[in-house]
Amino acid sequence: MTGTEPASGAAHLRWRPAPLAGLRAVAPVLVLLVALLVALAVVDPGFFDPERLLAFLRRSAPLVILAAGQYLVIVSGGFDLSVGAVVTAGVVVAAELFNLAPGLPWLVVVAVLLLGGLLVGVVNGIVSTVFAVPSFIATLGMMLVLQGAVFFWTQGAPRGYLPEDYRMLGRSAVPGAEWLPWAVVVLAVVGVAAVLFMRSDTGRTLVATGDNDVAAGLAGVRVARLRILAFALSGVAAAVAAILVGGFTGVSAQAGSGYEFQAITAVVLGGVALGGGRGSVVAAMAGAFSLQALFTLLTLLGVSGALESAVQGVIVITAVAVGGISWSRRATRTHQPVRESV
Amino acid sequence: MTAPSVTPTGRSGAFVRLRPRGPVGVVYLALVGVYLVGWLAVAARGGDFVTVGNTVTILQNSVALGLVAVGQTYVILAGSLDLSVAYLVSLTSLVTAQTMQTAGVVPGVLAALAVAAVVGLANGLVVTRLGVNAFIATLGMALILRGYLEHNYTGPAGAVPTSFQHLGYDRLGPVPVSVFLLAATVAVTWFVLRRTRLGHHIYAVGGDEEVARLSGVPTTRTRVTAHVLCALCAGLAGVFLASRLGAGAPWAGTEAQYDLVSIAAVVLGGTLLAGGRGGVAGTVGGVLILATLDTVFDQLAVDPFFKNVVRGVVIVVAVALYARRGVDVRRRGMRGGS
Repeated sequence: MTGTEPASGAAHLRWRPAPLAGLRAVAPVLVLLVALLVALAVVDPGFFDPERLLAFLRRSAPLVILAAGQYLVIVSGGFDLSVGAVVTAGVVVAAELFNLAPGLPWLVVVAVLLLGGLLVGVVNGIVSTVFAVPSFIATLGMMLVLQGAVFFWTQGAPRGYLPEDYRMLGRSAVPGAEWLPWAVVVLAVVGVAAVLFMRSDTGRTLVATGDNDVAAGLAGVRVARLRILAFALSGVAAAVAAILVGGFTGVSAQAGSGYEFQAITAVVLGGVALGGGRGSVVAAMAGAFSLQALFTLLTLLGVSGALESAVQGVIVITAVAVGGISWSRRATRTHQPVRESV
Repeated sequence: MTAPSVTPTGRSGAFVRLRPRGPVGVVYLALVGVYLVGWLAVAARGGDFVTVGNTVTILQNSVALGLVAVGQTYVILAGSLDLSVAYLVSLTSLVTAQTMQTAGVVPGVLAALAVAAVVGLANGLVVTRLGVNAFIATLGMALILRGYLEHNYTGPAGAVPTSFQHLGYDRLGPVPVSVFLLAATVAVTWFVLRRTRLGHHIYAVGGDEEVARLSGVPTTRTRVTAHVLCALCAGLAGVFLASRLGAGAPWAGTEAQYDLVSIAAVVLGGTLLAGGRGGVAGTVGGVLILATLDTVFDQLAVDPFFKNVVRGVVIVVAVALYARRGVDVRRRGMRGGS
């Protein structure tokens, strides 16, 4: 799970992190996650029934997938504020497509959404690299454009519906293995793909770029192209999340609101430095699980919906502050403000 | 105040005439451009854009966002940002209206500003003392304020006396009184940033915190002060909106997305998001650009949802143009390889 086992037998000459370095990067968030899971077990002894645990995984899937995508952007030195709007747009566009062309094969709609997410990500990437717009502003602009366009198109009330076969991915189980929801399968695939990507040369170069883009550039890295790739993958991840959310909750013009901040919070809970260059994708996804576990715990404890966000705020600040303290021996940059190298 | 008085500009710091930092000229060119395009668009529909009434509307539309954005300028220049301002505006509008209902105008304003100062102080201390990234710290504060508001309020509360509504609705000649409030805040901010030691420290901390610290700048105090000043400006916006609405409202600040839009306005004003460069004059330009767009859309009766699309495009295109012109921005840009 740490993604840092030593390189397999082949005589790799390139740099690999020490085996324990990755574990140390993941450790604080694992402590948090375990603490929350223990609390869940205490409050609700039935929580670890396989069925309910899988239901928890299914509920977590969209946020974890978004966090994996957001991690790629953050570790390369940027932000992606547009993912919530992409989720909303994805849900609404799917419903409109089925409305315009009933009987459309669901795989076609899935393909359209994935391409749309890719396109949004590529535009984000190009605007923030080729046109040198800070990614905070570039993706904020994208968020405004997508929100406005979705509401403009639907006049605030999305029409249409999502047919059963399309919603399968979000809410049904794998045929023949009724205990296994599709969403968990998708989550596992995305998770493995993210870990493999970060272990590849491209993934490692991405981290190096976030750490010091000038040095990476001088070393021959195509910085802009790499960052565009990170945004593109974040857009695709958001589209995947949109497919799951649409299946899970149905059509709503608020389907994705708030997801961008939750995803960023999850990544930071995972100990990933805003500004780039440090942190692991496993930790980012563990951060997303922690956040989802926190939501579940607050619901179980009967904290009223309104106070929930207040408790969430306190815990997020505390967790990041504590994480920062235990990091401070290694990391000298924890006090750095939001400072993407833009 | 016992720290050695080494200002980044040296001993004669207070007397050095500083070059404009950031592309302020470009910002106002962009404003003129937006204004001309709006004028043409409205004229093509047979409307009249260049009227006193219209100009006054643009100014009036600028006040609330302007106050928040001026505050945001302090923290962004200092290398931070504040995502809690939208909920803080809502909270202070409620504090203003509820205090005024029972205790009168002056206690109402003071209570709102006190609440704002406490929130800003908390933000600043969490960022500096606990070392939490400003993005997360102020996002957490936003969640806390949101929880408090949603738990305690479902709709407008409190009431301001009619005498206090003069701030929101009266005019001196053609100019709304509230514009003077914004102008005064801008003037004070300009003075603080350009003519006081605190201002120089803010630029220094935002430019490079480590270098500033090694040069004897009290970085912690500077950043905390920037956060408090930002919150006070948001508090003023809450006071103004209470006067305008006649009551406090839990959506006063969030409906218009003042958190993200104020940051966009500051960056639209040519201030570097990473801090250390820019100024309040640019921010005013950025706010006026957004307010002009709003007024044009209202006159053209454009679908309000479509407004956001154009807003987003204008913000991104404008910042891209600044980035093309500003060598410094480009040097810091994502083009390490070129």
